[in-house]
Amino acid sequence: MIKFFQNLIRKFFRKKTDWKLGLYGPPNGGKTTLANRICKDWLGEEMGTVSPIAHETREIQIKEEIIVKSGNKELKFNLVDTPGIATKIDFEDFIKAGMEREAAKKRAKEATKGVIDSIKWLDQMDAVVVVLDATKDPYSQVNITIVGNLAARNIPVLIIANKVDLKKANIEVLKEAFPQYKVIGISAKYGNNIDNFYNSLFEVLR
Amino acid sequence: MLTIRFIPYYDIKHLSSSQRIRKILDIVKEEYIVLLEGKLKKEEETQLIKVTMEQISDQFKGIEIAQINPGDNETNDFFAKMREQFLNLMLGDRQGFTIIGPASIVKEIKQDPNKIELLTKDKKKR
Repeated sequence: MIKFFQNLIRKFFRKKTDWKLGLYGPPNGGKTTLANRICKDWLGEEMGTVSPIAHETREIQIKEEIIVKSGNKELKFNLVDTPGIATKIDFEDFIKAGMEREAAKKRAKEATKGVIDSIKWLDQMDAVVVVLDATKDPYSQVNITIVGNLAARNIPVLIIANKVDLKKANIEVLKEAFPQYKVIGISAKYGNNIDNFYNSLFEVLR
Repeated sequence: MLTIRFIPYYDIKHLSSSQRIRKILDIVKEEYIVLLEGKLKKEEETQLIKVTMEQISDQFKGIEIAQINPGDNETNDFFAKMREQFLNLMLGDRQGFTIIGPASIVKEIKQDPNKIELLTKDKKKR
């Protein structure tokens, strides 16, 4: 309840230019790929590195003053790319992915800290884009926890069904899982349907 | 051997959020699968993930968790919604079940709104 009012007060007094748009989701959903797409489209530069090995983003990354334009409308925000939220991290998974033992252990340790930071930052967000892999089962508790916590904090949410360029992608399952939210299918990697995503940001960051 | 420890709601009813989380994690770290009557609050779910991350080590790899609450079904039926709200009011966090297991034993918990499937790891691979 206290957090709800803190959030409300912060939103009331915030400057329009201080809006923080967070990218949240489980690891390997494509948050950083989407962050790179947004930054490349509107700033001309990338934001972070991507990797097929989970937990590549292990620190909060912020890109300030992104201006998205659509027709006569303009939207200014700070983009916050967060480490993927997970309930388990096993360094042996990184070894299986080809990493050396020590590097894998270091990555696992940093990844656990990254998850904690992502959760801590939830309260700082003015709106959140939840980036989910459209080829995977959306009914995971991590997804439900993220979306449920944002709803409890009264933070506007847009759900992205990413990787629609892949054959296995199924946006309809995602829509069924989160019927109370707008779900947009995109490919952050190739830019499919990205204009629809940008237009939807204007609805989320009102 | 796979062992499930049932925690009835009255066991956690009077505990604070951090005490609930500690109780659950202590049992999970002993390699039991916890079947909790009721569900955790939204903030408790994130708190559980945070505390789990703080405790990850070479031995403890984290948890798998799922909640099932038949009352969460989306419906447009007015009377069904009324019934659901009444149950929420009466039972609150006591509705549904939460299942939490150690990641060293539970490979995956698949869930849809009405069903949970718990897949365990092959003992040799643990």
